[in-house]
Amino acid sequence: MSILIQSIVNGLNQGAIYALIALGYTMVYGILRMINFAHGDFIMVGAYTMFYTVPLMVSYGMPAWLAVVAAVAVCTAVGVLVERIAYKPVRNSGSISALITALAMSLFLENLAMVLFGGNPKTVTKIFDLPMIEVFGAKIQMKYLLTLGIGLAIMVALTLFVRMTKLGKAMRAVPQDREAATIVGINVDRIITITFAIGSALAAVAAMMYVSTYPRCTTDMGSMMGIKAFIAAVLGGIGVIPGAMLGGIIVGLIEILVKVYLAPGWYEAITYGILIVVLLIKPSGILGKNTGEKV
Amino acid sequence: MSMPKKIKRNYMLNLLGVLLLFFALFALFETGVLGSRSSYFMGIATTACYTIIMVTSLNLLVGILGEFSLGHAGFMSVGAYASAIVTNALADQKIPTFGLFLIALLAGGVAAGIMGVLVGIPTLKLRGDYLAIVTVAFAEIIRVAFTNFQITGGGRVMSGIAKLSNFYWVFWVTVICVTVMYLFIRSRFGRTVKAIREDYIAAEASGVNVTFYKVMTFTISAFFAGIAGSIYAHYMTAMIPTSFNFNYSAEFLTEVIIGGTGSMTGSIIGAAFLSALPEAMRTFAKYRMLGYSVVLVLIMIFRPGGIFGTWEFSLGRALDRLTGKSKKEVPENE
Repeated sequence: MSILIQSIVNGLNQGAIYALIALGYTMVYGILRMINFAHGDFIMVGAYTMFYTVPLMVSYGMPAWLAVVAAVAVCTAVGVLVERIAYKPVRNSGSISALITALAMSLFLENLAMVLFGGNPKTVTKIFDLPMIEVFGAKIQMKYLLTLGIGLAIMVALTLFVRMTKLGKAMRAVPQDREAATIVGINVDRIITITFAIGSALAAVAAMMYVSTYPRCTTDMGSMMGIKAFIAAVLGGIGVIPGAMLGGIIVGLIEILVKVYLAPGWYEAITYGILIVVLLIKPSGILGKNTGEKV
Repeated sequence: MSMPKKIKRNYMLNLLGVLLLFFALFALFETGVLGSRSSYFMGIATTACYTIIMVTSLNLLVGILGEFSLGHAGFMSVGAYASAIVTNALADQKIPTFGLFLIALLAGGVAAGIMGVLVGIPTLKLRGDYLAIVTVAFAEIIRVAFTNFQITGGGRVMSGIAKLSNFYWVFWVTVICVTVMYLFIRSRFGRTVKAIREDYIAAEASGVNVTFYKVMTFTISAFFAGIAGSIYAHYMTAMIPTSFNFNYSAEFLTEVIIGGTGSMTGSIIGAAFLSALPEAMRTFAKYRMLGYSVVLVLIMIFRPGGIFGTWEFSLGRALDRLTGKSKKEVPENE
């Protein structure tokens, strides 16, 4: 029983991290119909920023988690630069070009990090100093609950932002009909840049959550995590904000539960298998809307 | 000039060209011009050969069917492991080396082809990005499976595979594979697949069995990737499932794109060049991938169709131009 509770909390923690990353994928995909493969690497950028800024914060006597401000700033800048320099010129040359450009940017960021920071993994200083609590004999890390809370709060905030504000309305209008959006006075370029900025900022928050659970950064940490988070986004229904959260939590829970109870070596295969089955049954994902195709 | 005659002439010319290339390489490796580095260069040439098969087979999917796969290394690993298991099992049977090599190629190709059918089935419902993600998922499942099975090394290196891939055999296997794929594209079958790429609804309305053609294209592409895999296994003699990861698949896709989607010439030159590049730039290893990614972005921005677009090199046409026979030949588009 206590192992089950512990595993579920671990799974929720893992899931919330995936969900935060998946939100970034889903927002960019929702607006541009493009898989931003470099998104996973934004997390790596965030993690390395934390590696350098956390000790600084501590030495100035400030709380360590404030380093996330620096990470958000750096990630947002990187995200916006990548979008402006690499993605914008290929926006109208088809989905394969966009995909290859994204893969190339992912390669670029990973290898730039390799040149700048070297190949050895770096250990990030402890960020949260929170106690463990005991529930029904299960030891639960408070920081895991904090991750889950932050994830939920961001999802709610984002949903409200997209539904209620004028900017959010513009973000919904662009993918529906880009030309019509331009005609009614929406600056499409600006909206796309803002979307990238929000997505990258979320990646920085995810990076903080990740390094507080696994305090290691490597230059290739983003690519695999990015793919899993993207799978979470597809599973939940890409382009749908609550879908990203749901998909992330599902992937996180499956991973941890399969690891603990079923077959430790097979957890990734099972996640991918579920993705294939869900896509075959409902190609638009769990919360996605099915759209018919016009001849 | 009647068409068949011209085609026949071009086939003869191409055969001549390939023979010339073969003897040039043979002379280079056998006369000892390269000295002690001969076997090193032969290794690079072998790598280039199986990469060429991988990239051209992926180009069948990307260029002809118009779907992109990000899990092609998965098919390769199925071919590699299946053929290695088969040749290990047959090790004591006293089969001549060349026979064993052919059995290995066939086993790898067939095993990967069966996997291609499995992966091909989801393509009936999914397209574009979603399909690409499903191919990633399949490749990852395959990788995890090979990591867990005892017979494939159980997560450790599977070693002791017979060294069967000799460069001269591999060269001809590559020539045959590429020729078969080229003929496939030019055939009625290939034209039907192109019709599906252009408009699958219209193709279906014209009575084309879209399901069959799509799954079949996936199967053929996987079959050749499996052959490349068995060459890899019997050249490396030791392998680990993690080498067939997402990055390896992405590398093949970028080589297809850089060369030009739908251009066999582009695939061959792209694959040969890019598999030799890491060796040539070993001293700049740190900056090589950085440069590579920048070049990739620049190609996408300035030449989204790839360096060669859909253009195909033709020895016959090149000779015609050299001899001034036909100055104004309209370039063939597909």
